[in-house]
Amino acid sequence: MYTPAEFYQRDREWHPPALTPHYKTAVSRSPQYSLISLQNSSSEITGPVFGHNDIDPLDNDLLNNYAKPGENPIGPRLIAHGRVVDENGRGVPNTLVEAWQANAGGRYRHKKDTYLAPIDPNFGGCGRTLTDENGYYFFRTVKPGAYPWRNYVNGWRPAHIHFSIFGTAFAQRLITQCYFEGDPWISRCPIVKTIPDERAVDMLVAKLDENATIPLDTQCYRFDIVLRGRRSTLFENRLEGN
Amino acid sequence: MTSNTPEYLKETPSQTAGPYVHIGLAPGAAGFDIYKQELGWDIAGPNAKGERIRVEGVVVDGIGSPIKDVLLEAWQANSEGVYAHPECEGNVEDGFRGWGRVITDFETGEWGFDTVKPGATMGRNGRMMAPHINLWIVARGINIGLNTRIYFEDEVEANAKDPVINLIEWEKRRATLIAKRSERDGQVVYRFDVKIQGEDETVFFDI
Ligand SMILES: [Fe+3]
Repeated sequence: MYTPAEFYQRDREWHPPALTPHYKTAVSRSPQYSLISLQNSSSEITGPVFGHNDIDPLDNDLLNNYAKPGENPIGPRLIAHGRVVDENGRGVPNTLVEAWQANAGGRYRHKKDTYLAPIDPNFGGCGRTLTDENGYYFFRTVKPGAYPWRNYVNGWRPAHIHFSIFGTAFAQRLITQCYFEGDPWISRCPIVKTIPDERAVDMLVAKLDENATIPLDTQCYRFDIVLRGRRSTLFENRLEGN
Repeated sequence: MTSNTPEYLKETPSQTAGPYVHIGLAPGAAGFDIYKQELGWDIAGPNAKGERIRVEGVVVDGIGSPIKDVLLEAWQANSEGVYAHPECEGNVEDGFRGWGRVITDFETGEWGFDTVKPGATMGRNGRMMAPHINLWIVARGINIGLNTRIYFEDEVEANAKDPVINLIEWEKRRATLIAKRSERDGQVVYRFDVKIQGEDETVFFDI
């Protein structure tokens, strides 16, 4: 009888809870009943597999993937890089990482964004890449600007890049946001503050990576991502329920 | 720290996908064309065997309004119950991925995707799971993606034996996972409305 090795239980006190009154949109979009805990089956330990046919090699270069030939987006040139690892510290190779962000002025290329900062004609604002055999990834982009949003009347999102990561299993699927060290809006942001533990917030704050910064060219920030780890098959699983 | 202390990393915490999730995951819907191909629009591919179906619905918030900036991802086995993944025994048809990504109509909140009906899959401890599609839902205001499952109305017997459905203590709530079957212009359509909160709230899983 095949019973798959499970992923470690997600620590629901580490992640933000569903109901977070200060992030107002969550109030009517949060389930009231408890989640039903499931032991992993084949439906959870499997997940989509992506390959180099799915994406273009330049998809991770936001400086160029939407710019007109010979032109560049406006803003501080930035490399965001890091490793995708699991809770056991092992690199997650060949996994799809997608990223999206506002331009340097804080404006998204989205028909629903009406912020008065201008659209940058040379900046799309999205990228994607596959991690290498060690779980390493990088994006080349511009540093996004902070932007206002209607939660409180005077609220600004700290500069951030949205990240979507797959891992190897549907149970590892994750969307998060990467902030930048030193940004005074981080500690004021109701979305950041949905995360109860300061140490968890710190995982989302990319650190200046001076050694990887390219002299006279591009600043570099390090953002490592940790996905759920998995049990070894060492221990026999007990029969569930009765 | 002694050498006996197990050292594990903590998972990166989740954050909401926000209102502009389309830019990253479905840029065409955000209003621009950037990639040679967007991912997740073709779940089953042209060679998949089995019954071709369409699955549709809305995701409704606690006030009863459709959520118009939601993004859903589907993960399913093929008609033989095989997932397109190296850890799943068996083979899938060439071009069958089993994964789909869908967003709602910005005006109505309606979403839908075309696929094949999945087969029953092996669950834990040799117990078969009824045909189902795994669903993951993110949106502005959802702090961590919500997992649920779509089961099929016409699989009465398999559903009755399904180990996951049976884990739900409140029989009344089980109905929230069952998609309703109908036909429209010769096409099989399953309706699966998700209620995030309140009366008849959809069952969500901690997987
Ligand atoms: Fe944002």
